[in-house]
Amino acid sequence: MAKMTMVQALNLALRQEMAKDDSVLILGQDVGPDGGVFRVTDTLIDDFGPERVIDTPLAEAAIAGMAIGMAVYGLKPVCEIQFSGFAYQNFHQIENHAARMRWRSQGRLNVPMVMRAPYGGGVRALEHHSESREAYWAHTPGLKMVIPSGPRNARALLVAAIRDPDPVIFYEPKALYRAFREEVPEQEESMEIGRSQCIREGDDLTMIAYGAMIPPAMEAAKELEKLGISAEVIDLLTISPLDDSVMIESIKKTGHGVIVHEAPQSFGAGAEIISRLMEGAFYYLEAPLVRVTGYDIIIPYFSREKAYMPDVQRILAAARATLNN
Amino acid sequence: MPRTAITLTETIEHLSVLNEHGEVDTDLEPEISQDTLLELYRAMLLGRRFDERMLDLQRQGRIGTFPPIKGQEAAQMGSIIHLKESDWLVPAFRETAAEIWRGRSLESVLLYYNGFNEGTIIPEQQKDMPMSVPVGSQILHATGIGYGAKYRKNGEIVMTYFGDGATSEGDFHEGLNCAAVYQVPVVFICQNNQWAISIPLKQQTRSETIAQKALAYGMPGIQVDGNDILAVYVATQEAVQRARNGGGPTLIECVTYRVMMHTTADDPSRYRSDEEVEKWKLKCPLSRFEKYLQQKNILNDTNCEEIESLVLDRIQTAIHKAEQQMAAPPDPLDMFDHLFEKLPPHITRQKEEVLRYLNSLKTGNRREGEHNG
Ligand SMILES: Cc1ncc(C[n+]2csc(CCOP(=O)(O)OP(=O)(O)O)c2C)c(N)n1
Repeated sequence: MAKMTMVQALNLALRQEMAKDDSVLILGQDVGPDGGVFRVTDTLIDDFGPERVIDTPLAEAAIAGMAIGMAVYGLKPVCEIQFSGFAYQNFHQIENHAARMRWRSQGRLNVPMVMRAPYGGGVRALEHHSESREAYWAHTPGLKMVIPSGPRNARALLVAAIRDPDPVIFYEPKALYRAFREEVPEQEESMEIGRSQCIREGDDLTMIAYGAMIPPAMEAAKELEKLGISAEVIDLLTISPLDDSVMIESIKKTGHGVIVHEAPQSFGAGAEIISRLMEGAFYYLEAPLVRVTGYDIIIPYFSREKAYMPDVQRILAAARATLNN
Repeated sequence: MPRTAITLTETIEHLSVLNEHGEVDTDLEPEISQDTLLELYRAMLLGRRFDERMLDLQRQGRIGTFPPIKGQEAAQMGSIIHLKESDWLVPAFRETAAEIWRGRSLESVLLYYNGFNEGTIIPEQQKDMPMSVPVGSQILHATGIGYGAKYRKNGEIVMTYFGDGATSEGDFHEGLNCAAVYQVPVVFICQNNQWAISIPLKQQTRSETIAQKALAYGMPGIQVDGNDILAVYVATQEAVQRARNGGGPTLIECVTYRVMMHTTADDPSRYRSDEEVEKWKLKCPLSRFEKYLQQKNILNDTNCEEIESLVLDRIQTAIHKAEQQMAAPPDPLDMFDHLFEKLPPHITRQKEEVLRYLNSLKTGNRREGEHNG
C-alpha cells in the first residue's frame, strides 16, 4: 500500500477504471497535458491518449451535454468541471436531461455519467471558487450526490461512481486534496454509494459531517474526550440518497446530535438530516439537535473565509450547548 | 427545385497600422493629439509596471492569486480610451489596465486580490460592472445594458471584454445574437491571447478567426493586431461611432498574447514552449508604441524617465496605502453586508451570533449555549 494524497488517489481510481474498461473516458477543461488545474488527471493523457482524455473548449454545458450523449450511447464519461462554482453553466443539462433520462424514457435509456468538481472553501481562493452547493444537486430527483472525505474513500467512491448506472455528482473537497496522506491499496477497491459510516465510536454525542468538515469534527471529538465526553462521528459520504440508518442508531444511543457542514445553513443538508432524525429517533432525543454551518451569505474572499467556515471552536461550543441543554 | 447557392458577400478585415519594428502605415495612422498619445503611453506603462509589481507581491505572499495582463496593454488601452465617462464598461477578469483607466484605484486592485471585498467597491456614478469571474457570463449583461441605453435613448454605449476561451461558452453566442437582433450599442472586445489556461486557440475553435463569428449573428466583425495600439484605436473608434449612431454592435478581435501565466496559480511550462513565448515577446505592444513615439519626437530620454518614475511612485504609494489597510485584520462581520438592501431576520441573527462568538473568544468567558449557528 502506498500513502497517497486525495489527488493521487483520485488519479489512481481513474487510471485503473480506464485501464479496465475502454468505455470510460474523461472530458473537461485542461484535463489533458495540463492534468487538470488540481492535477487529478495528471499524465492520464500519456497513457490513454487524447481520444479518451478529452480537452474540451471552455463550455460547461457542452461538457455535461456531450457526456449525456456519450452515456446514452453506452460510454462511461467522467466529466470534470474545473470548480463547482462553474457547474451552473451546465446545471440545465444535468437537471433537465441527465437526471430524468431514465424516467422519461421509461427505463429504455440511462445516463451512467459522473460529474466531478472540486468544491468548498479553505484554500483562500477567489470569488466563485469556494462555494458548497451540494444541496442543489441533492434536491434534484434522479441524481446521486457523493462527497468523499479522504484519499482512500475518495478512490473507492469514485470507482463506484464510474460503475454506477445512473448519473453521479461527485464533489471533491479541495481543502483536503493535499491536506494529508493515507494508505490506499494498489488493488481495486470500491465502496457502496448510499452508505454512511461511523468513523469514531462514542456514547454521549453524535456528530454528523461530511467532506472537508470531517477533520474539524474529528478534532473536536478528541477535544471533547479530554473533557470526559465521548463523541461518535458519522461521515455521510453520500449526501443523496441519504443513508439515515447509521445516524438514527447513533442518536438512539447518545441522545444528542451536532450536524456540521460548510454550506449555508438554510435548506442545507443539515435541515434534511434533522428531519430524518426527528422521524427516526425523536423519542430518544435529550436535547434539540444543533447545526454548525456556513452562514446564509456568499462565501467571502479569503481574508474573511476563516470567519465563515465552521471550525473546531464552533463545533465544541455547539456540542457543549446541546449537552448542557 | 435545384440546389442553389446563397452567396455571402462578407469578408473579414484584418487591420494593422504599426508593426513590431515601430514602422507605421501613414495612410492608416489615426490622428491623435500629442497629449492623448502620451496619456496612452503612461497608462500602458502603468499597466505593465503595476502588473510586474503585483507579481512580485504575489510571489512574496503579500497578495493572493491574480491574472497578469502583460502583453495585453495595447488591446485594453486602445479600446477603452474611446469610452466617455457616461458609457459603460463590462469587464471580464483580465482588464486591470482598462479598469484603472476608468478610475479604479490601484489600492482597490491590491485589496481585491488579497481577498478583501472592499476592493470591489465601484466609485459612485461610475458605470463599470464588477469584474466577472465565470467566463463569458458578463457578455449578456453588456447586451442588456445596451438594450437599456437604446431604450432610454441617452446616447450611452457599452464596451465589454472577454477572452478567446469565452467565445466557446453559450453566453457568448446568446449575447452576440441578441445584441444583433436588438441592434444595441455594444462593442464586443475579444482579447484573443491564444490560450485559455492550457487550451490553445486551435483547440478552442475551428474558425479561422474569432472576428468571423460576428457574421453568423449579422454584425460587423474585424480582426486587428492587438499588440498594435493604433490598430486597436482605429477599429474601436469605428465601432464606437457606429454604436453611437444607432448602427448596432460590433465584434473586434484583438490578436494578442498572454505573455505570463494564466494566473499566478498556473504553470504554463506544462503546456507551451518557451520559444513561442519568446517569439511573442518580440511583438511587445509597449516597446512598439515607444519606438513610434520616439520617432515622432513625442518621447525622449528625459520625459521617458520622468514618466517611468511617476508611474513607479504612484504604484509605491498605492502599495503602501493598501498594505496599511490590509495589516488590520478584516472585520468578519462585513461579510454579512450588502447581500440584500435590508438584512433578513435570519441573517441578522447569524450576524449577531458571530458577534457574540467573537466577543466570547476575546474575553475567554464563553457563556454556554450562546453559539449554535
Ligand atoms: C464558466 C467558467 N468556467 C471555467 C472557469 C475557469 N477559468 C478561469 S479563466 C479560464 C480560461 C479563460 O480563457 P479566456 O476566455 O481565453 O480568457 P484569458 O484567461 O485567456 O484572458 C478558465 C477555464 C471560469 N472562471 N468560468
